[in-house]
Amino acid sequence: MKKLKSPGELAALQAEIRAGRDPKKPCITICAGTGCLAYGTQKIIECFRQEIDKQHLQDRVQLRTSGCHGFCERGPMVVIHPQKIFYQRIKAEDVPDIISKTVLAGEIIDRLSYVDPATKQKIVYEHDVPFYKRQTRYVLGMNGDIDPACIDDYLAIGGYSGLSKALSGMKPEAVIEEVKKANLRGRGGGGFPTGWKWESTRKAAGEPKYIICNADEGDPGAYMDRSLLEGNPHLVLEGMLIGAYAIGSSQGYIYVRNEYPLAVHNITLAIEKAREVGLLGENILGSGFSFDIKINRGGGAFVCGESSALFASIEGRSGEPRAKYVHATDQGLYNKPTNLNNVETWGNVPLIINRGADWYASIGTANSTGTKIFSLVGKINNTGLVEVPMGITLREIVYDIGGGIPNGRKFKAVQTGGPSGGCIPEQFLDMPVDFDELAKIGSMMGSGGMIVMDDRTCMVDVANYFLKFLEEESCGKCTPCREGVLQMRLILDRICEGQGKEEDINTLEWMGQAIIDGSLCALGGSAPNPVLTTIKYFRDEYEAHIKHKKCPAGVCKALITYSVDAEKCTGCHACARVCPTQAATGEKKKTHVVDLGKCIKCGACFEACKFDAIKIL
Amino acid sequence: MQAKIQAIISRYGSDKGFLVPILQDVQRELNYLPEDALVMVSTLLEIPLSRIFEVATFYKAFSLTPRGKHLLSLCLGTACHVRGAPLLSGHIERALGIRPGETSPDLEFTFETVNCLGACALGPVMVVDGEYHGQLTIAKTNAILRDLGRKVPSDEEA
Amino acid sequence: MSDTVTLKINGRTITASAGSTLLAAAQSANIYIPNLCSNEELTPYGACRLCMVEIAHGKRTRMVASCIYEVAEGLEVQTVTERILNVRKLVIELLLARNPYHPRLLKISHELGVQASRFKEDVKGCILCGQCVRTCREVVGVAAIGFKGRGRTRTVATPFDKAPADCIACGSCAYICPVKVIPLEDKNNVRTIWKTEFPMAVCKKCGRPFAPEKQLAYFRKIANLPENHFDTCIQCR
Repeated sequence: MKKLKSPGELAALQAEIRAGRDPKKPCITICAGTGCLAYGTQKIIECFRQEIDKQHLQDRVQLRTSGCHGFCERGPMVVIHPQKIFYQRIKAEDVPDIISKTVLAGEIIDRLSYVDPATKQKIVYEHDVPFYKRQTRYVLGMNGDIDPACIDDYLAIGGYSGLSKALSGMKPEAVIEEVKKANLRGRGGGGFPTGWKWESTRKAAGEPKYIICNADEGDPGAYMDRSLLEGNPHLVLEGMLIGAYAIGSSQGYIYVRNEYPLAVHNITLAIEKAREVGLLGENILGSGFSFDIKINRGGGAFVCGESSALFASIEGRSGEPRAKYVHATDQGLYNKPTNLNNVETWGNVPLIINRGADWYASIGTANSTGTKIFSLVGKINNTGLVEVPMGITLREIVYDIGGGIPNGRKFKAVQTGGPSGGCIPEQFLDMPVDFDELAKIGSMMGSGGMIVMDDRTCMVDVANYFLKFLEEESCGKCTPCREGVLQMRLILDRICEGQGKEEDINTLEWMGQAIIDGSLCALGGSAPNPVLTTIKYFRDEYEAHIKHKKCPAGVCKALITYSVDAEKCTGCHACARVCPTQAATGEKKKTHVVDLGKCIKCGACFEACKFDAIKIL
Repeated sequence: MQAKIQAIISRYGSDKGFLVPILQDVQRELNYLPEDALVMVSTLLEIPLSRIFEVATFYKAFSLTPRGKHLLSLCLGTACHVRGAPLLSGHIERALGIRPGETSPDLEFTFETVNCLGACALGPVMVVDGEYHGQLTIAKTNAILRDLGRKVPSDEEA
Repeated sequence: MSDTVTLKINGRTITASAGSTLLAAAQSANIYIPNLCSNEELTPYGACRLCMVEIAHGKRTRMVASCIYEVAEGLEVQTVTERILNVRKLVIELLLARNPYHPRLLKISHELGVQASRFKEDVKGCILCGQCVRTCREVVGVAAIGFKGRGRTRTVATPFDKAPADCIACGSCAYICPVKVIPLEDKNNVRTIWKTEFPMAVCKKCGRPFAPEKQLAYFRKIANLPENHFDTCIQCR
């Protein structure tokens, strides 16, 4: 491919690609995000290819493998353009029908359409699915129109126009002003204003200046950065290019988790393509601006999401944070001025430049503008990625988009902000979700994980889970984090085992505050949050464990027993078949029993029983 | 081995900053990080061995001991946790007779737990030899283990 | 830029040289701040968190580690507040669970009024202040030892827990250790450190062992000295 030498050449190429495409031509877009691939989508893609070949439709039908569509619960899924017919949970066997009936004859296949569980109505088109209908998918929505391996797809929807606009008509300062005016705040955790950070880096003394894309998405329960990088890598590159131009940087890094092989693959490919057409490298679009990007893969360390630990890792050392008394914008990577933003933040930049700060700032709330992508997971019907304007209420997210709690169970809490965040109880369901509101109630936005919990989730167990997580992920440098989190965990272990003492809650609260005050970096400085918020909002559950030696949610093994409900047991023997210790026994067609002496509380019988006859008390 | 390591390092232009990716590539090539390989990396990159050892033991992705033929990575992210991943972890431990982070003595299996694989909508999730398995149950886990040639409590035995 | 700055510690006006740490400034004004990982010969580290102080930060205050925070003109610092004491008490209790007997730790806990640690003991001796590792890297320059693992499994170790190839047996690590948990023994013209035996050089005049041979070889190498440079001990020279 020829290198583009001016904004005009870019516009001409975009026009040429669009002109060569017939918008009426049927296109089967199949979601090939990591989630759908796990459902076996690769096989379905092969079937589509074979079927298209078999019916000699190569010229009449296009097949596009795209990144994540967001509605992971319903994968594997396809959207058939131009009508945008939505089929979900499809199997390889469905492929011939989809082609013959829908693509060629325009017929809807009822069994593949989505049925709204609330209204029992069949829904034909993607945009009518309630899960999508209530969202505002400016960033993630592009995924469905793009094959991440195909730069033409991105160019066809106007890709790199933001960069072109910045390079041809805007001074770097004007770009920064625009981002400041849009009030874009960092999507990775703290919500620091992006424009201010850019400005500080631009003004900082020292060369070279680095910009980094943090794709070390470590918050458990969050995967929006993965899906963006996998599904729309050029969007992230374009954001970085605009940022680099504004800041005056010629070298960028993408620090990506090695646990995300598809993201690494797609972004590597995108960088090569961008270099090929001259959108990365020397003298980009003839502007005199030069910039290139290196990819650095992480080694499995949550703490490397912390900026100073991330720098250490890129420099080839273990990810040990330094105290941030000097800002990274002054002395970051290799002690040079460094601007670090996460994937989603970079992904918002082209939108701001393309459509203007005023448009952008009109979305969301006054101090939290734009949209935010959340991963809605856990005990929720519609798991997946949702993009919503800031300021939407938790209730809208959980019930209108998420479809509520499965199996008719009761909502208990939403955990946001990852291990640094907190658990939000039912009383705050109508609170608007933005950076400041979440902070007010002791949680935080974090990178956007929303883990929904129901009445079968034990909050003491959840708090203990996060401490265990952080105990493993602490770098071990400073005492409060390394030793303090461990000791808090040992106390919670005792509580979960029924050995809790009256004074434990006070000790945990006292330790929590001292760990927050005393830790070196944000990991330790926020590590006690899940414990502190669960004590604050679910104190009765702690007391049930400590005083009454009961786990109300039926989770903590030492405090529960398994038994058989004689009225419900049909004697099907399913429990006995799966029981690894022969604790569940009985004659066929007669009521079974669980021998508590042998039971190891592994939960196998509970899962196997189709008649709800295994009781946990 | 020297040639392989040399090739990996050249791919990164002998840049010390790429130590972590270099070690990842070495591990992919050799299944784990043997001592003599790390000594070689230390010499070629001119980084003290104590630094290399520090990095190799800091990041969870690295193993200094040989790993099994089959690698099972069970996700223990929050979404997987609330959907029952700990029960599966216990189940796999019992079935394989090894604890997370360990390799079976016959070098058939390495079982590790991972702090979030970023496939949260499918929780609980496990990656087995690079392939994702979602919405795991004890029954599905048994099927996976059986496919890999490991006996588990099953219908036949009952 | 002026060479000195004026700041207030606990209400007292103090002059300190620019670029020095709050801890150093306090110490030179005879204001006591407990600390374990700090050493003025080494790169500031800020790991033990005993030396936390509170600085005025707009209308609020901010907790910082005085061993890494630099003095600044007009800065107002408090070294003893309830918030600070809570952190110090927690830290010393946590460290006592690792090392319940070293006098230096017991002295600090006594000063803070901590009788005993209420935490589950897991005696390791080492408090992971990192002074040995930094000394070996920064002062000696051989980087023979380092950290192994992370979080609570972190230890100070030689590569692969084996005889350290780069160690010159100088003993600086054992000397600098604030809680003296690195064993070093000189016996029969042999120094044992890091479970490794290093032969000592014997003075050609008085016949006494005076330094590990590897250490002398290392000095000769970095200073470009002749082979026979360290044939005799300092007393006999």
